[in-house]
Amino acid sequence: RAVESQSEGQCAPVESLWRRYSEFELLRNYLSVTYPHIVVPPLPEKRADFVWHKLSADNMDPDFVERRRIGLENFLLRVASHPVLCQDKIFYSFLTQEGGWKEMVNETGFQLKADSRLKALNATFRVKNPDKRFTELKHYSDELQSVISHLLRVRARVADRLYGVYKVHGNYGRVFSEWSAIEKEMGDGLQSAGHHMDVYAASIDDILEEEEHYAEQLKEYLFYAEALRAVCRKHELMQYDLEMAAQDLTSKKQQCEELATGTVRTFSLKGMTSKLFGQETPEQREAKIKVLEEQIQEGEEQLKSKNLEGRDFVKSAWADIERFKEQKNHDLKEALISYAVMQISMCKKGIQVWTNAKECFSKM
Amino acid sequence: DTSLAEVNSFSPSMPISPSSMLNQYKFEDGPELRDLFITVDDPESHITAIETFITYRVVTKTSRGEFDSSEYEVRRRYQDFLWLKSKLEEAHPTLIIPPLPEKFIMKGMVERFSDEFIETRKKALHKFLNRIADHPTLTFNEDFKVFLTAQAWELSSHKKQGPGLLSRMGQTVRAVASSVRGAVKNRPGMFTEINDYMETFSQKINLLDKIAHRIYKEERDYFNEMKEYGPIHTLWSASEEDIADSLKGIASCIDRCCKATEKRMAGLSENLLPILHEYVLYSEILMGVLKRRDQIQGELDSKVDALANRKTEKDMFSEEIGKLEDKVERANNALKADWDRWKQNMQCDMRSTFTNVAENNLRFYEECLATWESFLASQTVDLHVEEDAEDRP
Repeated sequence: RAVESQSEGQCAPVESLWRRYSEFELLRNYLSVTYPHIVVPPLPEKRADFVWHKLSADNMDPDFVERRRIGLENFLLRVASHPVLCQDKIFYSFLTQEGGWKEMVNETGFQLKADSRLKALNATFRVKNPDKRFTELKHYSDELQSVISHLLRVRARVADRLYGVYKVHGNYGRVFSEWSAIEKEMGDGLQSAGHHMDVYAASIDDILEEEEHYAEQLKEYLFYAEALRAVCRKHELMQYDLEMAAQDLTSKKQQCEELATGTVRTFSLKGMTSKLFGQETPEQREAKIKVLEEQIQEGEEQLKSKNLEGRDFVKSAWADIERFKEQKNHDLKEALISYAVMQISMCKKGIQVWTNAKECFSKM
Repeated sequence: DTSLAEVNSFSPSMPISPSSMLNQYKFEDGPELRDLFITVDDPESHITAIETFITYRVVTKTSRGEFDSSEYEVRRRYQDFLWLKSKLEEAHPTLIIPPLPEKFIMKGMVERFSDEFIETRKKALHKFLNRIADHPTLTFNEDFKVFLTAQAWELSSHKKQGPGLLSRMGQTVRAVASSVRGAVKNRPGMFTEINDYMETFSQKINLLDKIAHRIYKEERDYFNEMKEYGPIHTLWSASEEDIADSLKGIASCIDRCCKATEKRMAGLSENLLPILHEYVLYSEILMGVLKRRDQIQGELDSKVDALANRKTEKDMFSEEIGKLEDKVERANNALKADWDRWKQNMQCDMRSTFTNVAENNLRFYEECLATWESFLASQTVDLHVEEDAEDRP
C-alpha cells in the first residue's frame, strides 16, 4: 500500500493503491538508470536474512511481511524527501496512478539507457585515471558493506543467546511453585519469587523485538552501500568511455599524420603490407586523409562533450554524495543512540525484576 | 543465642538485620559458639609407583581442652574423607551426616585431575568438615578428632582398628534384609511425613540443579558471542569520521558488559551451583537416614513379632526388647532433632544463596546501566554542542 507523501512543491492527493514488491523494484530500477549520479535509496531485502532462531526466514511470515512493509514505506519516504528524486513524474504516478503505471514506465525506454553489467565490469578493471575520490568512496562502500553484514550476523547470534538466558529462568518459576507446596515458612517467598522469574523470562520478547528495528536501520545502510557503489561504477564507466574516446582520437590523429608525411612511426599490419606490396596511389591516400580528418573533427567534438558530461556528473554526483554522507552520519548516530537507550531500558527492567526477586528470597 | 532465636521465631514483619544474616550465611550455630576452625586448601599431587593421587592440607585451630594443641596441620586424601564419613555413619546411624563430593563427575567431560575439578572438590571438602564441626553431636566425635589431628601413619593405624570389614558387611546385609521386612508399617507418622517431604524435595532440588547448570551454560554461550560483538564496532570506526567516536563508545560499552557477564557467571559457579549440588547429595543422604531409622525400628518389630509367637522365653526377650525400644527411641529423637536442625539450615542456606543470586544479577545490571548511561550522556553532550554551534550566527 502506498503512503501519502509530501513532495517538495507538490501536494499529493490522499489516495491508496496496491503495489507489489516487483513494482517497487521496477520503480527503483527506473530511478537508478534515470539518475545515475544520485545515491538512490535501497529497497528492503527480498528474502529474510540475518534472522535469529526465533524469527522465521519464511517470506510469508507475518513478522517478515510487516518488516518489509515498513521497509517499503521507508523507501518511499526517502525518495519523497530527496530534493531531486521527489520531482520525478514516474515516482509521482507510482503514488497516484492506479492502472497503466507499468506500461508508462516501460514507455520511457529507460531499459535502453541501462549500462550492461559486462561493460561496467570491463570499465572497472581497465579505467586508468578515475577520480581519486570515487576510488576512495568505492573502498569505503566495500568496507561499510562488509562490516555491517558482519555486525548484523553477530548481533543475531547474540540475540539468540540472550533469548536462551532469559527463557531458562522461566523454569525457576514452575519449580519454585511446585516446591513451595511442601514448604511452610519458605512457601510464600518461593512462590512470589517464581512469579518474578516468569516476568523476567517473558520480558525478553519485547526487548528483542525493539532490537529488530535497530537491525533494520543498519540493514538500510548495508543496502545503501550498494547504491554508493553504483554511482562509482557509473563514474568509472564514463571515465573509461572518455579514455577510450581520447585514445581513439589520438590514434586517428597519428594515422593521419603518418599518411600525410609518409613515415611509419608505429608498427601496423597495414603498414607492413603496403611496404611489401607497394604504397597506395596519392589519390587513395588523399581520400583516406580526408575521411580521417572528418572523423578526427567528430571525435574532438565528442570528446569535448564527453568531458563536459563527465565533469557535470562528478559535480552533481559529489553533491549528492555529500548530502548522503550527512544523512548517513545523522541516521547512524541516532541509531546508535537508540541502541544505547534500548540497553538502558533492558537494564532497568532487569534491576526491577531482580530487586523484587531479592525481596522475595530474603523473606523465605 | 540471638541468631538462633531469630530463625525460630520467624515472622515476615520482623526486620532481619544484615549482620545477623551474615552470621547465618557462614556459621550454622553463630560465631560466638565456634571453637573449632577448619580450612582445606593447597591441593598437591603425589605420584607413586602404583597410583597418582591428590592430598589436601587440613588446618585446624581450636581452643578446646580435649585437643592437645591449639593448631594442627595435616594432609588428607579423598579416601581419608570417605573413611571419616563411613565412621560417622556407623557411630550415628540416624544423624544427618553432611555430603561428600562425588568420586567422579560423569556429566561433564571434567578430567579426574583437572584444575577445575580439584578446586570444586577442595571447596566441597572444606564445606564437609565445617558442617561436621558445626554439628552439636558430630563435632565431638572421636574419629573426627583423629582425622583432624593425626599424622599420616597415626591415621593408618587408627583406621585398622574397630570392627573389621566382614562384620560391617554383615551389618549391611542384615540391615537390607530387615528393611525389606515391612519396617514401614510401624513407622511413626512424623517420619512418613518427612519421607514424603524428602521425595518431593529431592525431585525439586534435582530440577533446580539442572536449571542452574543450564543457566550457566546459556550465560557462557552468550558471553562467547558478546566477545566478538564489541570489536566489530571498533573495526567499523576505522572507516568512519563523524561517527567513529560513537562507534568506539558502543564497542567499549559492549566490552564492559561482557566483563560484567563474566562476573555474573563466576557468581553462579561459586555460590549457587555448589549449594544446589550439596543439597542434591543431602536429599540422598536423608533418604538413607530414614531407611536406617526404619531398619532399627524393624529390628525391634521383628523381635516383638517373634515374642508374640513364643510365650515361654518372655523374660529373656523382654530385656532384649527393652534395649531395642531404647535404641529406637534414641534413634527417633536423634533424627527428629537433627531433622529440625537440617530444615532450619536448609532454609537459611536457600535464602542466602538465592538472595546472593539476585544480588549478583542486580550488580550485573547496575554495572551495565552505568556504562550505557555514561555513553548516552557523552553522545547527547555532543549533540548539544553541535546544536549550539548551529545556532550561532
